[in-house]
Amino acid sequence: MAPILQVRDLVKTYAVGEHTVRALRGANMDVRAGEFVAITGPSGSGKSTLMHILGCLDRPTSGQYILDGNDVSRMSKDELAVIRNRKIGFVFQGFNLLSRTTAIDNVELPLLYNGSLKMKTADRHKTAMEALNSVGLSDRYDHFPNQLSGGQQQRVAIARALVTQPTILLADEPTGNLDTRTSIEVMDIFQTLNKERGITILLITHEMDIAEYGTRYVRFRDGRIQADSPVARRRDAKIELAALPPPEEDPPIPGSGDPVPVEHLGGVV
Amino acid sequence: MSILMTLRIALKALNRNKLRTMLTMLGMIIGVGAVITMVAIGKGAQTTIEEQVKAAGTNMININAGNFSQGGVRMGQGMSSRLKPEDAEALRAVPGVQYVAAGANTRGQVIAGNENWSTQVQGTDVDMPMIRSWPVKYGAFFSPQDVRAATKVAVLGNLVAETLFGPEFDPTGEMIRIRNQPFRVIGVMASKGQSGTGQDQDDVIFVPYTTVMKKLQGQQHINNITVSAATPDVAPVAEAIAQTLRVRHEIMPGEPDDFMVRTLEEMASVRSETARTMGTLLAAIAGVSLLVGGIGIMNIMLVSVTERTREIGLRMAIGARGKDVLMQFLVEAVVLSLFGGMIGIAFGFGLAAAAERFLQWPTTIPPNAIGMAFGFAAATGVFFGFYPARKAARLDPIEALRFE
Repeated sequence: MAPILQVRDLVKTYAVGEHTVRALRGANMDVRAGEFVAITGPSGSGKSTLMHILGCLDRPTSGQYILDGNDVSRMSKDELAVIRNRKIGFVFQGFNLLSRTTAIDNVELPLLYNGSLKMKTADRHKTAMEALNSVGLSDRYDHFPNQLSGGQQQRVAIARALVTQPTILLADEPTGNLDTRTSIEVMDIFQTLNKERGITILLITHEMDIAEYGTRYVRFRDGRIQADSPVARRRDAKIELAALPPPEEDPPIPGSGDPVPVEHLGGVV
Repeated sequence: MSILMTLRIALKALNRNKLRTMLTMLGMIIGVGAVITMVAIGKGAQTTIEEQVKAAGTNMININAGNFSQGGVRMGQGMSSRLKPEDAEALRAVPGVQYVAAGANTRGQVIAGNENWSTQVQGTDVDMPMIRSWPVKYGAFFSPQDVRAATKVAVLGNLVAETLFGPEFDPTGEMIRIRNQPFRVIGVMASKGQSGTGQDQDDVIFVPYTTVMKKLQGQQHINNITVSAATPDVAPVAEAIAQTLRVRHEIMPGEPDDFMVRTLEEMASVRSETARTMGTLLAAIAGVSLLVGGIGIMNIMLVSVTERTREIGLRMAIGARGKDVLMQFLVEAVVLSLFGGMIGIAFGFGLAAAAERFLQWPTTIPPNAIGMAFGFAAATGVFFGFYPARKAARLDPIEALRFE
């Protein structure tokens, strides 16, 4: 089976003042459909740069990146925007949900930028609802981000990433802002999506224990891949969740108690 | 993304911070409101000026006999004897002509009691007070019967009346002598002062033109015809008058006129100059106030772009192209300015009505001012919204997502 993601001799250099920073020094990697790849490395190892290029947010200085049969390494900005919209789902550390915008509207957002889809409002709602359902939040569709817990917000963000049925799901430190239990909950969702729906996941993290939820483990150091191996003892989030003490109450709905302090976009005006 | 969707997103974004949206719109509201109010007051003033200028007689067309040559000697204006009272009557039928007065002038010594005075004796018709918007102070102007019968009645100019009878005296019914012929004074004109050319218009005696022709001069022709056009647009009327007279005088094509048609172009140009100055002034005020409103919008949009950097980064990450982001912010700016413009128009109407009611200033709001204000508001939104929108569109998604 042909890999859906091929990276060849990827080099990225930045000019910072008079210095040239070589963030990537020839990275090579293939990812096949259905893999759950955990990419780790210390800060400054180049994993963020790789993630930006894999996410089509940036272009490599040299080298090739083929995503789903398209060479995206030399595409224009607008073409990359279209690729991001159709083929890539992003999950960020800081959730990046639009504030004062309901969960379902947040999930619908990528569909609005897909001009060729020409979806009717009702269809868009239905698609977004299905995505919310797949992360178990369909009953909270009309909640605003500040009415949801951190874990719930991240699940909305995952639903948003899934709504366009992307080729790969790119998660950049998705558990960085979450406590242990919600981290495991999020990993459970990833594992379920990966196992049951065969979604390819690229997870970037600096936490070794989080990396162990994946099927494959890639370690970055000094702009190159230092280690690339299957995960030997894979963790199963479902079993771990069952072993944990029962979860606390759901966060109170605003109006009935203190709002949960959560990070969301400072959208004003 | 469809424009409707972009509009919805813009409305949502504006709705999220109502106070700021209102304050930003206030700039546009005051700007557009000021434009409407200024235009209303300006137009009102212009109408008043037009009425005043009209009172000075800009609608007037003077036809003088002239261009008469005899044996190669060209005589001056008014020397020809070809202008007849029938010509004046014929002009009444010319379209656009409102009043017509035939004129026959002479000068003469006037005597009343032991006072005497040399003045201009203007033979004219009953339409003269209407043509020159000139009321009588005492008595009345002469009647059509006086004209038909060539009666010896006189209406004195204010200066003549004061010279002969002293100020604040009503000489109606007194007898005076013009060139030793007795005339009965039947009225005195109100004081009109100097004309535009520095002539004292009150130094005159009006008598029926027939009286000048038959009793004073013994001539068959008249010297001039004074016409007033129904509208200030006198040029076509003057043209029609010339045609009518050429036909009546049987002048062949190519031959010169034996009369001269004159309009008060100078006065008319003063009026249009006034209107132009007023228009420029209003445009300047409109420009300044809209500029201030536009800068307000630009300011807020720039703040907004900075504050929403992460939102922009996210939108880009999930597939918004540069032009999608550009459109979003541009539409926001235009919505701000258009809503502000709409409220501003209403505000302007209110202010104009208040000026009319409380300051007794006449105001007129021309219908095209509304469209103009609206168009300017939209243009301001696009112009001042473009820079912030482009700034947003050019953001690097990676940088934008990292922005704290």
